[in-house]
Amino acid sequence: MRRVRKFLLGLAGIGLFVLCWQLATWGNGRTDVPGPWLALSGLRDLAREGLLWRYIIASVFRVMWGFALAVLAGVPLGLAIGWSGWVRDLLNPLVQLLRPISPIAWLPIAVLMFGGVRWWEPSDLSAIFLIFLASIFPIITAATSAVEGIDAKYLRVATNFEIGGMAMLFQVILPAALPQILTGLRLALGIAWVVLVAAEMLGVQSGLGFQINDSRNNLRYDLVVAAMIVISIIGICLDSAMARIESSALSRRGTAKR
Amino acid sequence: MSVARPKIEIENLSLDFAADGGSPISVLHEIDLSVSEGEFICIVGPSGCGKSTLLNIACGFLEPTHGQVRIDGVPVERPDRRRVFIFQNTAVFPWLSVEQNIGFGLRSSTADENAATVQRYIEMIGLAGFEKAYPRELSGGMNQRVEIARALASNPDVLFMDEPLGALDYLTRLKMRADLIEIWRQERKTILFVTHDVDESVQLADRIVVMSKRPASVKAVIPVDLPRPRSLDDPEYLRIRDEIFHLMGIDHFGRNEDAPSDSRARPSAE
Repeated sequence: MRRVRKFLLGLAGIGLFVLCWQLATWGNGRTDVPGPWLALSGLRDLAREGLLWRYIIASVFRVMWGFALAVLAGVPLGLAIGWSGWVRDLLNPLVQLLRPISPIAWLPIAVLMFGGVRWWEPSDLSAIFLIFLASIFPIITAATSAVEGIDAKYLRVATNFEIGGMAMLFQVILPAALPQILTGLRLALGIAWVVLVAAEMLGVQSGLGFQINDSRNNLRYDLVVAAMIVISIIGICLDSAMARIESSALSRRGTAKR
Repeated sequence: MSVARPKIEIENLSLDFAADGGSPISVLHEIDLSVSEGEFICIVGPSGCGKSTLLNIACGFLEPTHGQVRIDGVPVERPDRRRVFIFQNTAVFPWLSVEQNIGFGLRSSTADENAATVQRYIEMIGLAGFEKAYPRELSGGMNQRVEIARALASNPDVLFMDEPLGALDYLTRLKMRADLIEIWRQERKTILFVTHDVDESVQLADRIVVMSKRPASVKAVIPVDLPRPRSLDDPEYLRIRDEIFHLMGIDHFGRNEDAPSDSRARPSAE
């Protein structure tokens, strides 16, 4: 009963928003601010054109690469900063210095860096680079505080059984820090997806961000809103996929929340 | 069961904690104690007096300021798998199952040998059927058993137990005490057991070390020469219990509270 009520209330909230939207755009033509129906028919147009699928794949592809590289670099870095005093002293000031810079601000540099690349589409690489920058800092921060938060008694047990080095890392530190790291990854993926759209509005010729820019240039605001809806749905899918990975990884070791 | 050389020798041990900006705080003061092989020693004292700190030094987790702890004649410098520490609120790994936890410290050459050891200790602690369970699925008492089994499985000669039953409810605690005695009878480990529960110490120990308030020193060492299981209304049991209460009560009720620590009586510090 509670779940039904929760679902209906959620639906009502969205419905209320759509209603306001409808009222605010009443009587508008196609090129003005589109209402819900125009947006839906725009969505249909996009799907028919076939470009939509290409763009979705392009966007998800960029996010996956940028995010995966950030995980590969950020988790070990975060673990090292959390574990070793001198690595922390060496890298933490740098991390704090770079963290407040919006990834979008890196775009000119990224274009400069990858502009001459021949083995891959340069604009793809700069978008991936921006995603990488957007997600690596939350990942480093999560891994660092996960290691710092490990209960000292687990480490004592490990030293008591004379476990050290790599065994310590893989048998104690990583599993103890895993829940917090996974939460951080989920957060980082959300940020990556948000930044991707902005990154694709500049310089690239495909993807959902490009779709928005392109439609605006053609005064097809219905397609702009349609692309926004697609972005939302894919964002939700990515987040729930991460949530599923998180809970399956933790339930196997018996520390899932439910 | 006295052996020629003591198993554990604590000699003139002191620990000062460096306080921020001020003079160092003395936590342990000139502690001497020697423990024979296979002996069950309980350490009691007011809470916060530094009993746990003493145990942590003996296990090699902390370094003393003065003095040393020797085990089999060799000074303790770092943790060693031949003597295992058991924590108050269980330090079983939540990401490992019961059998993985118990097998954590094992170093046998073959997997079969390890599995057999794990199974033996699972049965000893009465958790057969829970091999694949995870700590969060077990009660506090069961987890404490798993931790004890993990310690025993690696076949140490000394167990350091830091209020291992302190977080359990009363009935579970009684049951665990009886089981602990049984395990100790079978395995003959040397045990240093910290508790603030006077009854617990009189039920378990061969000798009871009574510590003073901080800076902690050994106030008295009281032998308990009673057969186990010990009856809770045996007159000798009650006499020993009251003696310890008396020894601790002096400080609890503040009689010597402001006196400098060295003026305090330390009758039988061996």
